[in-house]
Amino acid sequence: MSDMTAEAAPPRWTPSRDEDAALVAGRGRFLDDLDPLPGTLVAAVVRSTRPHARLLSVDLSRARAHPGVAAVIGPDEVRAALRPFPLSTGAAMPYLPTGVDKVRFVGEPIAVVVATDRYVAEDAAELVAVDYEDLPAVSTARSGLADDAPLLHDDAGSNVATDRTFSFGDLDERFAAAAHVVTRRYEFPRYSSVPMECYSVIAHWTEQDGGPFVEAWANFHGPFSMVPVMAGALRIPTSRLRLHVPADIGGSFGIKAGIYPYVVLLALASKHAGTPVRWTEDRVEHLTASSSGADRAMEFSAALDAEGTITALRADLVDNVGAYLRPPEPSTLYRCFGNITGPYRIDAVGIRARAVVTNTMPTGLNRGFGGQQLYFGLERLLDDVAAELGLDAVELRRRNLITSFPHETATGGVYDSGDYLAALDLATKNADLPELERRREEARAAGAHYGIGTALVVDPSGTNIGYVGLATPAEQRTPGRDKSGSTEHVRMSVDPQGVVTVMLGSVPQGQGHATVARKVAAQRLGLPLEQVRCVIDMDTATTPWTVTSGSYSSRFAPLVTSAVVAAADTVATTVRAAASTLLDDVDPDTLVLADGEVRTPDGRGVKFRHAAGVVHWDPAALPPGVPARLYAEAEFSPRETRAATADDRINSSLCYGFVAEIVAVRIDPDTLEISVDRVSSVHDAGTVLDQTLLDGQVYGALVHGLGGAAYEEFTHAPSGQPTAATFLDYLCPTSAEAGFELLTDHVVSPSPLTPLGAKGCGEGSSMSFPVAYANAVADALAPLGIDITSLPLHGEVLHQLLHDRKDA
Amino acid sequence: MKAAPFAYVRPPTLDDVLAELAGGDGKVLAGGQSLVPVLAMRLGRPATLIDVTAVPELTEHGPTGRSGYRVAAAVRQRVVERDPAAQDVPLIPMAMPFVGHRELRSRGTVCGSLAHADPAAELPAVACCLDAQVEVSGPGGARTVSAQEFVTGAMTTTAGPEDVLTAVTFPTAGPGDGFGFAEIARRHGDFALAGVVCRVHVTGSGAVDSAVLTGFGISDRAVTRDVAALLATGEREEDLRPATIELAAEMVDTGGDTHGSTGYRRRLFAVLAARELARALRRAREGRTTT
Repeated sequence: MSDMTAEAAPPRWTPSRDEDAALVAGRGRFLDDLDPLPGTLVAAVVRSTRPHARLLSVDLSRARAHPGVAAVIGPDEVRAALRPFPLSTGAAMPYLPTGVDKVRFVGEPIAVVVATDRYVAEDAAELVAVDYEDLPAVSTARSGLADDAPLLHDDAGSNVATDRTFSFGDLDERFAAAAHVVTRRYEFPRYSSVPMECYSVIAHWTEQDGGPFVEAWANFHGPFSMVPVMAGALRIPTSRLRLHVPADIGGSFGIKAGIYPYVVLLALASKHAGTPVRWTEDRVEHLTASSSGADRAMEFSAALDAEGTITALRADLVDNVGAYLRPPEPSTLYRCFGNITGPYRIDAVGIRARAVVTNTMPTGLNRGFGGQQLYFGLERLLDDVAAELGLDAVELRRRNLITSFPHETATGGVYDSGDYLAALDLATKNADLPELERRREEARAAGAHYGIGTALVVDPSGTNIGYVGLATPAEQRTPGRDKSGSTEHVRMSVDPQGVVTVMLGSVPQGQGHATVARKVAAQRLGLPLEQVRCVIDMDTATTPWTVTSGSYSSRFAPLVTSAVVAAADTVATTVRAAASTLLDDVDPDTLVLADGEVRTPDGRGVKFRHAAGVVHWDPAALPPGVPARLYAEAEFSPRETRAATADDRINSSLCYGFVAEIVAVRIDPDTLEISVDRVSSVHDAGTVLDQTLLDGQVYGALVHGLGGAAYEEFTHAPSGQPTAATFLDYLCPTSAEAGFELLTDHVVSPSPLTPLGAKGCGEGSSMSFPVAYANAVADALAPLGIDITSLPLHGEVLHQLLHDRKDA
Repeated sequence: MKAAPFAYVRPPTLDDVLAELAGGDGKVLAGGQSLVPVLAMRLGRPATLIDVTAVPELTEHGPTGRSGYRVAAAVRQRVVERDPAAQDVPLIPMAMPFVGHRELRSRGTVCGSLAHADPAAELPAVACCLDAQVEVSGPGGARTVSAQEFVTGAMTTTAGPEDVLTAVTFPTAGPGDGFGFAEIARRHGDFALAGVVCRVHVTGSGAVDSAVLTGFGISDRAVTRDVAALLATGEREEDLRPATIELAAEMVDTGGDTHGSTGYRRRLFAVLAARELARALRRAREGRTTT
């Protein structure tokens, strides 16, 4: 009876993604749920408590003698066994997974204790005695650049890890001839994405025929160019490093790309312990020593003619990359190289790109990677230009927007498709701009503050690895060693009952790859969803991968789904040929896959599973030349993403989407609390593959942007000590902070470069929201004469700005 | 983030709790919402954790005497929040939603919050404003002290290492009482950058005969002032503001941090104090205790 009732009741919840039911039921398989190797011991990491110090001595003896401890390694073991990680540039800033001569940031590993459990490991970790000689520390880009700044890496002779200057078009002439030149300095803060699951590694070092072999599990999501980097540090060939990535990863947003030094460190710990070793990062470790976005100090200049057309742009970018130039840095400077002029027609561009090392956590990928920093400068500048020229900020943008596609930028980017004006129009219409302006007038009349901010950003996806080359001057790049492109592999098989399996090595971190890949395959093969399943697996020994593999830079929609299409088309060719044997040997090319059938033009059909059955059961019946194989390996490797040219131009991504975002904020004149009143966000990600998932990406990226704009910041005391090392001080927005009115919408300009027309969409509002919010606050406070040049912005910051103004 | 070794006991009687505390290297565990993170960060290393939740008399809560509401040491904040009898202390339902998040309140205890004495916490401020009576047991027997005397500084109280806070009694509201509560935090559920609790009592004719204001998040502890004279300067928020700005300059002396400097906290305190005092006065005169 109860069973009948249960059957009759409507489902209380229908998961919107294939992944969700297992996750909400606690059946996810994260790395901490896996115990692949019996006898695995547990590690704790001893870390620097000083921002900058010489290591006079590190005494491991008491820790080694502690009951339950299997091994303790420190600087001596690291120096003896490991090579510094290969860097992206020739900077003399050797990077090892622990400090060896010096420590350069609070949280930098010094030693690893391997013990029976984490409690014992932490007890013993306290017994490691470190004798420091403190050195002066720097924590910001500008202070790191100063002539008298303490030097982090003695051999480098400078804290500047890379310094390149680029010029495209007749830059100087344009600035000389300009009717107006507007120059501003801005600062972008340092923040993260704060995945729920922290770093996790299991490493096992064994001696085998031919030398050492390292097998590791890590919630690492690429780029897999870091696999040879790890092997290089371990002094083993890449083929002797086998890396497994669990199917479930609890978020990353780029942050977990920074895990690879720990894989190397734990492998060495395993060698000394003689057992597999597990390390699970805790939250304090995560907030001090994992990874974060780079903070940036920048100066932007625009040259304009009398009509308000931007004729040239200069950008001087200084990234604070933390204590080391940890690969893939300095990529924050270059990821947006091809789209550095954003959505505007600016064909003369000058760039100076510098990365500075400071006594802070090394930086790396962070959702929006390089975009939030770039657009904070560019879109803040547009507002400052509009104010100086007395133009409406939206009108100024309209005058300069790119209107025809494809569009080649001065820096080599090729914008594949778009309709920027349509997106801007839709965003302003959805925002009901006249109503927002009415609210602003009303607020100002009542002595309150209300502001409206706009940001228009080009949202790159499908990274061209070739941009890494730009950090090295063209004449120093090794001939025959160019880098380019972005390849993805997908495998697909059909079983004897016609069920299709899509095998992804795309290492998702919660994005829902399986849901979309399954849907794309089902649509391409004309199958009901139930007949397709998706398996996620990355094992570098058995899964096809390349250096560009991984889940980063919004690769899934443009690249992985394109490979799914290619694999499905290969399978379909065989299925059509097999079906033709059941359909009077009709020409297979005339057959169509639909509704689970293979059909002739005149409407006759056989079931897909019967056609697949022929390949399994009766391969001798197949037409000559048709492979008896329902297993496809397909690759998508766009040729539009070539290596950097000799004149330093590069199409740094395959696809370029667009975001038009309007943010309205209200500021309490008494408490100075800023509340978001309305957000209108219009995205063009090409063809929409799955509306629910796309919406989820937009919301997630937007709230990530809100974190950086208003709440989260890795701050440091003047001494260099981090002051946001726990969730008491590093404040992530929660649902309570995200209750504002949010109107999202889409314009669809399919990419001509991907078979489905899809572009990436996971990072757009991470790039646009911080500056749109800043522009809104600037608009609100403009009557008070307050200049907004940095983030985050919250009551305390506004109080100081008002206070400084009174002092002035 | 794993605690250093410690012993754990869960005594069945208060006498046993006191026996375990003798020696002074134990720590009372009730809800654990402040203590457990301290242990995990190894910022505290008690030899023994003495879990008091098995002592029957420490799980009691409810009306006491003619005008009191008493909460014993093991009672969760969420239990009090959901207790209709607690409505008789209007500041409890006003303040409780701001105490962390619901999940924390389901474990955290009212007495634990008082014993922890975080200077930015809501419940010690409510207790101070109402002059709640705190019951403490120790080697010398049981004693009762007022909340204002109980808290002596940041995270410090008059309870010694061998003492246990056993209960707190809040006075219930009567005719002519009006209350105000507000705080501003960076996010919902965070410790306050500045907060105010106030109680205004008016006579039958509507004249103010007592007014007390407690600020929290602004000093090394909740700070309470008699503000009856201040209320003579006006009734509306904007009329009270000049006086609360002066009061803020005097009361707010915390060093501040990246979330709120001393100056910003003064600004917030002045705004909230004027706002809540005006509201409490209005409520007192309208015969409503809240809303």
